[in-house]
Amino acid sequence: MVGMTESTEIFTGDEIVAALHELRVSHVVWLPDSALGPWETALEGAAGLQLIRVCREGEAWAIAAGLHLGGARPLVMIQNTGLFESGDALRNVLFDLQLPLWAVIGYRSYLVANSPDTARRFTEPVLQAWGLEYLLIENRSAAGNLVAHFQTAETDGKPALALIAEGKM
Amino acid sequence: MVQSTRDQAPGPMPLVAALEVLRALRSDEIVVTTMGAAREWPRLSDHPLDLHYIPSAMGEAPALGLGLALARPDRHVVVLNGDGCMLMNLGALVTIAAASPANLTLVVMHNGRYEVTGGQQLAAEKSTTDFAVLATAAGIGSVAAFSDLDAWRQQAAAMLAQPGPRFIVLDVAPVEDYELTSPGPMPARIQRFREALGAAKP
Repeated sequence: MVGMTESTEIFTGDEIVAALHELRVSHVVWLPDSALGPWETALEGAAGLQLIRVCREGEAWAIAAGLHLGGARPLVMIQNTGLFESGDALRNVLFDLQLPLWAVIGYRSYLVANSPDTARRFTEPVLQAWGLEYLLIENRSAAGNLVAHFQTAETDGKPALALIAEGKM
Repeated sequence: MVQSTRDQAPGPMPLVAALEVLRALRSDEIVVTTMGAAREWPRLSDHPLDLHYIPSAMGEAPALGLGLALARPDRHVVVLNGDGCMLMNLGALVTIAAASPANLTLVVMHNGRYEVTGGQQLAAEKSTTDFAVLATAAGIGSVAAFSDLDAWRQQAAAMLAQPGPRFIVLDVAPVEDYELTSPGPMPARIQRFREALGAAKP
């Protein structure tokens, strides 16, 4: 079991679905890690929400871009390793196409003290290099900030990213 | 239903002539173009539902088209992709097959070259990569490949009427002296596209 306990304590599947319903998300485009993965059943069964599975994270951004252009309200859900992989697609849709897309990103190893995981080391510097604002959700008590963060970004016409702390490599 | 066909004629077709076949059949479809098709299609069409995906993300035009097709099931989405782009994201074939939008057609222009960077060969010799087989193996049901222009002209309408998603390979000749110019600022083109699509800003 990899990276499951802490993240699933931040949001249960039903809780993340409730947040996405509040945000009127129409499609979740995802490639899960083991912390986001337990949400699959809830996401798949959620009324009014379509779960789209991709093979590689770059696809997720481009599919979300097409959905957004077509009038839908997509959200990308990937791990931070996938964030690194999908840099070209992210660059294109957020900056060239200037689409204010939403993403929930699993933050591998964030909760591991003194973790040598380079995925942990580079996540926030990379987002800062892109100039992207993000919300870090470190524990369950901060989970309620997710909806407000995305709503504010929508009002401002900006992309919205949330990092969900995970516990193991 | 699996519809996989392949003509036996030696190719390749001239790219513009191959695109003209699609242009003649086009009515109110969304057409997403990239690379060589994005250079030639604007010379054939100036339709508000043309989305020239320039600048693009490498290999992501099929994914963009998939998103459009899922958001707008009332519209037929045609993606005109390059072979190099397709190879950069072959997983998209599986993603498309799994999502299975009936209103999506993916067309790959197979010339064996990275035209945009000067015509270098793809990772493999052109003759060794069979995109139709790859698409069929990924689970796309309606697949066809054309090398002969007359065969493409005769069968294009029927192929576009097959159950979607559809995958079409067109064996086309490389274009010499390739030059891809910007079709203009992307935000303005997106606004025009959205207005034509009638898509409210989410």
